[in-house]
Amino acid sequence: MLLKSTTSKWAGLFVAIVLLILFMIASVIYGYTNTNWQTAIDAFTKYNGSNEHIIIQTVRLPRAFIAAAVGASLAIAGVLMQTLTKNPLASPGIFGINAGGGFAVVAAVTLFSVTDVHTFNALAFLGAAVAAVSVYAFGSFGREGLTPMKLTLAGAAMSAMFASFTQGLLVLNEAALDQVLFWLAGSVSGRKLETLVSVLPYIGVGWLGALLISGKMNVLAMGEDVAKGLGLNTGLIKIMIGVIVILLAGGSVAAAGPIGFVGIVVPHVTRSIIGIDHRWVIPLSGLLGAILLVAADIAARYILMPAEVPVGVMTAIIGTPFFIYIARRGFNGR
Amino acid sequence: MSKYQNIRFFKGKLSFLIDRKATFIFTLLFVITFLVFVISAGIGDMKINPLTVIKVLFGGGPEMEKLVITTFRLPRIIVALVVGISLAVAGGILQGMIRNPLASPDVLGITGGAGAAVVAFLVLFSDKNHSLTVSIAWLPLAAFAGAGLVSILVYVLAWKNGVSPIRLVLIGIGISTLMQALITLMMVMGPIYQASQANMWITGTVYGSNWKNVVTLVPWTVVFLIIALIVARTINIQELGDEVATGLGGKVQKQRFLLLMISTALIGSSVAFAGGIGFVGLMAPHMARRLVGSSFGALLPVSALLGGVLVMVADLIGRTLFLPLEVPAGVFTAGIGAPYFIYLLFRTRNA
Repeated sequence: MLLKSTTSKWAGLFVAIVLLILFMIASVIYGYTNTNWQTAIDAFTKYNGSNEHIIIQTVRLPRAFIAAAVGASLAIAGVLMQTLTKNPLASPGIFGINAGGGFAVVAAVTLFSVTDVHTFNALAFLGAAVAAVSVYAFGSFGREGLTPMKLTLAGAAMSAMFASFTQGLLVLNEAALDQVLFWLAGSVSGRKLETLVSVLPYIGVGWLGALLISGKMNVLAMGEDVAKGLGLNTGLIKIMIGVIVILLAGGSVAAAGPIGFVGIVVPHVTRSIIGIDHRWVIPLSGLLGAILLVAADIAARYILMPAEVPVGVMTAIIGTPFFIYIARRGFNGR
Repeated sequence: MSKYQNIRFFKGKLSFLIDRKATFIFTLLFVITFLVFVISAGIGDMKINPLTVIKVLFGGGPEMEKLVITTFRLPRIIVALVVGISLAVAGGILQGMIRNPLASPDVLGITGGAGAAVVAFLVLFSDKNHSLTVSIAWLPLAAFAGAGLVSILVYVLAWKNGVSPIRLVLIGIGISTLMQALITLMMVMGPIYQASQANMWITGTVYGSNWKNVVTLVPWTVVFLIIALIVARTINIQELGDEVATGLGGKVQKQRFLLLMISTALIGSSVAFAGGIGFVGLMAPHMARRLVGSSFGALLPVSALLGGVLVMVADLIGRTLFLPLEVPAGVFTAGIGAPYFIYLLFRTRNA
């Protein structure tokens, strides 16, 4: 781990917050219509209805906030999933959340000709929640209740099933593919502030909940038996983790479509920086996830200008080299 | 009655321990595989009675049926069977080698590499009228090259005084995501015609397989399957952990490289001819584990047959149920496999 003393950890959190703010400001200013500091400030203080001001208020600002919120949620959900399943490869996707959300949207487009993006969002959340609850139920069969192994296997099977149904619908209906391909790749462009406002209650509760149970998760990470011996109600804590993951990852899918990778990578990177104590890992990985997604979203505007690349693609392109570097250096935190 | 049956030859100079339960299940699955094969060859636009199919398989039968079965159905069914076997065995090897139940050809990026190569092939060699400028026969080669390159890349990047399973799989995930990103990027940028063609390939289908494919695919697969069965016992030792395996005299790094290369060869050839059929590589080994336990001598053959049956049935459903539409086999592998797997999970819930 990079930061060993408590002071340096606080400093680390502070640096991450500053970086996040800088990236968000950059996200508001730069893009196809380049603006500058002054215009950005004027857009809020001396709004005059010019093109730049409209773009900043209605397009750029919501986008920066949605990217940050989604990035933070996915990263935190990833931490929770990796601890719950005791598997370093786990991500919110293992809960079937991306696959379920994707399936709900694609089914709506192909079978019921839904085209409205807001309906997409609601359906995605619904699909994600249904998939996650069923995975949780299948993983809890039997005397021992929820075990990491059963959860992982049930989740992998259900995700594969939903993903293949999605593929099937898309193969049968080529016109729909064109319509939802961009959504399926994950994107934060063209979202209005209402999108954020509608999911913020869920993910806000999720963030708070994650911070509150972070101490208990340290105990759970020591293993089922030890945790029980120390007096932790493991059944309850697992259900809470499940609910929080659904809120966070479901909200993210609803707001931005299925964005992979952030949920797997950011927790690993965070642990290599700050160690394995969940009370530090959860806030820092939230910040790093937000930074990654905001940065990816900025880059996504420049690659194919004037067209945009889905942000899910950019997170992979930016994140992979960094992730490989960390993986080679070794995860000291674990 | 003990769990194992000892079989001796040459007054004990050559002997085997045979797991009774695994042998029984293997035999049962073998019969099921044969039945599915025969039934599948008989179903389609033209229904053919299973007895006639068997006659045709042995060279007899009426001319018309013979034509339909041998030229249209057999190559396709054989490719489905072989692809299912390859993916299941490769998945089983990877899970044992990496010691992680989530390991599969997709996770290591091998399928993704093949996919990126295929989509790049479609983009690079298409002219303005959306027709390919080179023969489509090169497509399998592109897929195989993609799979091979990515697997070597992952291995090299994961090398640091040897390759540890966790580093291998984490770097695999990174590369795999990168490949998915490249695929999406090319599909979003390219014309819609290519997107749907590429999507068909990514889903995985054995549509349009011919005898030429079979002749290329089968010998290759058989060779690597035999090698896989011979080295399977080293996986049992590897599963105990690197320290124990080294202590027991296993050449861990060398075996690991060998196992990765075998899996790549099997995965590469199957994605080359059938595209990215998912689920089989991940789930067939788990199904087998729930049926016969986790000793690889029994696990690999059983998961091989499960994989073969799964892909054959998926293709049968895909080409018959939605006539006149053809649904790619890759859609149904998970569609029929997942419920069965959940059932197995439920049945062994207290194990």
